[in-house]
Amino acid sequence: MLTPQLVMYEDEVRRIQAVADRLQQDSRSRAILVVDKNGQLVAASGSASELDTTSLSSLVAGNVAATGGIAKLMEEEEFTGQFHEGKGLSIHITLIGRRMILVVLFDKNTTHGLVRLRVKKASVELESILEDVAKKAQTPQQNVFAEITDADIDNLFND
Amino acid sequence: MSFINYSSREINCKLVYYGPGLCGKTTNLQYIYNKTKPDAKGKMISLATETERTLFFDFLPLSLGEIRGFRTRFHLYTVPGQVFYDASRKLILKGVDGVCFVADSQMERMEANIESLENLRDNLTEQGYDLDKLPYVVQYNKRDLPSVVPVEELADVLNPTKVPEFEAVATTGIGVFDTLKALAKQVLTELRKGG
Repeated sequence: MLTPQLVMYEDEVRRIQAVADRLQQDSRSRAILVVDKNGQLVAASGSASELDTTSLSSLVAGNVAATGGIAKLMEEEEFTGQFHEGKGLSIHITLIGRRMILVVLFDKNTTHGLVRLRVKKASVELESILEDVAKKAQTPQQNVFAEITDADIDNLFND
Repeated sequence: MSFINYSSREINCKLVYYGPGLCGKTTNLQYIYNKTKPDAKGKMISLATETERTLFFDFLPLSLGEIRGFRTRFHLYTVPGQVFYDASRKLILKGVDGVCFVADSQMERMEANIESLENLRDNLTEQGYDLDKLPYVVQYNKRDLPSVVPVEELADVLNPTKVPEFEAVATTGIGVFDTLKALAKQVLTELRKGG
């Protein structure tokens, strides 16, 4: 299949989480989300537990996809950054390595400038982690789901 | 493209409901949402116009339970059915794991069904997918209406590859969960192959 599964192992998730935690503190932002381009949440930091991160991830991914569509129409390779300014809360969205989306939610406690600066540093770190994820994906790993039986699948639907 | 997270021990899969305008894609999701226990579902999001026509997509996250210690989550999406929203439809197909084609059984919508199915094939091809290799089911919706085409005739035209097919009345829920279960099973079976 053209697009293989995205598999994240504990080691990489831990490293991504560490980058998100540090970014949240360094940028003095409210929350950080790291979202796969297809809308799956990979890591969250800060006050993310107060948010509906599943919905947010899906909408952010939709937003980035739509922006990518606009870029294509305008023959621009990609718009890698987006900024939504609100009265109390603002959102800074950055595309990382064409695969992940880094979302920073921030309020008056910080400035857009500081957020951008810190995001730049975090982006480089995340890119290198994503390269490791891609490398790992190329070496065959054990498929833990190969052992799934029809009964396992049927059991999911017994309600 | 399923997403397996070993850290949180979760499998996430994306299912897309496709079909012509007003065929009942959103109604399918609404019924699933209404009939699912609160702890197994997230918020349903509809990006719709003021007249409740889908503008970008509907989104419904479902959690099905555990399989081999991994929580299985399905993200259900619909596409906007209206012809002129084609650019949006293409975006929503990105990373899809399984497709449900919802056909409108009414005689007068036959042409729209055919056009939408062709559009589905074209858009998948553009994204590098082949409908014949993806988990895929067909639903014949609106079976309660007076001017419906017999299922055999619908199947001849809309399901030549004989994938699992279901009769449905999405407004009352007939066939809705059967369709979803059949698709989810195919997706999980694909996962077993390491798809």
